[in-house]
Amino acid sequence: MTSAREVVVTGLGATTPIGGDVASTWEAALAGESGARTLDNDWAEKYSLPVTFAATIKVNPAEVLSRPETKRMDPSTQYAIVAAREAWADAGSPEVDGDRLGAVVSSGIGGLWTILDGWDTLRERGARRMLPMTVPMLMPNSPSAYVSLELGARAGTHALVSACASGAEAVGYAADMIRSGRADVVVAGGTEAVIHPMPLGAFAASRTLSLRNDDPQRASRPYDIDRDGFVLGEGAAVLVLESAEHAAARGARVYAKIGGVGLSSDAYHITSPDPEGKGQVAAMRSAMEDAGVTAADIVHVNAHATSTKVGDLTETYSIRTLLGSDADHVQLSATKSMTGHLLGGAGAIESLFAVKAVAERVAPPTINVDNPDPELQVPLVRDEPAKLPGGDIAAINNSFGFGGHNVALVVQNH
Amino acid sequence: MANTDQEILEGLAEIVAEETGLDKADVLLEKSFTDDLDIDSLSMMTIVTHAEDKFGVRIPDEEVKNLATVGDAVSFIKGAQD
Repeated sequence: MTSAREVVVTGLGATTPIGGDVASTWEAALAGESGARTLDNDWAEKYSLPVTFAATIKVNPAEVLSRPETKRMDPSTQYAIVAAREAWADAGSPEVDGDRLGAVVSSGIGGLWTILDGWDTLRERGARRMLPMTVPMLMPNSPSAYVSLELGARAGTHALVSACASGAEAVGYAADMIRSGRADVVVAGGTEAVIHPMPLGAFAASRTLSLRNDDPQRASRPYDIDRDGFVLGEGAAVLVLESAEHAAARGARVYAKIGGVGLSSDAYHITSPDPEGKGQVAAMRSAMEDAGVTAADIVHVNAHATSTKVGDLTETYSIRTLLGSDADHVQLSATKSMTGHLLGGAGAIESLFAVKAVAERVAPPTINVDNPDPELQVPLVRDEPAKLPGGDIAAINNSFGFGGHNVALVVQNH
Repeated sequence: MANTDQEILEGLAEIVAEETGLDKADVLLEKSFTDDLDIDSLSMMTIVTHAEDKFGVRIPDEEVKNLATVGDAVSFIKGAQD
């Protein structure tokens, strides 16, 4: 079913481990740069952490935000605000009726630094020393709320939480807000800032993190036979979504359109994907139906691909199951090989990458694939960017989350 | 250790500047926290928390509403230290 209200992307913003804005992030992605680095702290010795690296943010938000802003926002909100300001300016800072403007910015975990700092303050110095801003800083809806405050968005402010699918679910929900007529413009994205010893220890405990401490830049290697887990990243990406009529009326520059949104859940296991990929197939299928595209139209997939064996392979199996022989002409990109895993920010930055890929007709590379897993079932873009065809094309961004959340977005040229 | 009025004013101005982004030079004795410096109740409580730390005093919640101006706060802190 094709929706009456078409949704287009008119602004992009990001701050990631490979760049402090969209231009530098995209340039680094096309150049195949890794954002992983050895952590410059004593966590490994102090807490016996088995991992000593992560994909930390490239540009500290303190360089672009005012001092009071950094003091009253958790880092997860700071990243979101940096990305939202860029996206809004990129969209031309449009005059929009606030009642028709929404904000949907997700985080997978929330204000973790604030929670843990608050707990330390309480234990070490007592309740009277706790800062009054602690609660508004730790709320997982804080990034969304601050974006809403900044732009005067009154059509609804939401923060959907679905672990590593959160950022993509935010974009999908934003598209639905526009299609249902609730809003004309929605600022949507995801953010995460949890490079802290507690989650590093916890992810290591679940045996999902790469422990390639001697070579961080080569650690995130989706689809390589020697992958050993994901690399924790941080950062945010924000997209300005707009109804096509609204964008046309103000003469906005359009990157691409969000043609379809597909959602499903596995109900299989709290962390592992259903090995048959039924939920993943269902999400992609419904996104394609929603967009009115067929398997022949799909030329690019930005994979969820975190660099874990079971996750990576299940996804390509799902893509092959759904697209059949048409999967042969898909250019598959696993950009977490460069950015690391931004958790709640991942679905947003990867949606942004899919938009850029369609707009510029180039699929970003997957780095560190020295020996492709023989079970990989879809053509992989390795090392160098790949050209996408002319004419009408469609791409899928897949984002899956612990809990069995599956989100697929179809991005099409406008 | 007791501070002079001037030291308290300067210390308070630093805290207010950190919290609000205002210039320290704008934090003058006669300024009202709400009307002149546009400080909301959460920010005020944050300033109070930092001021307690900095000056080694206790500013009870019921006292905070009486601190209308920067000068009121300086006087209260001075009195609490003596």
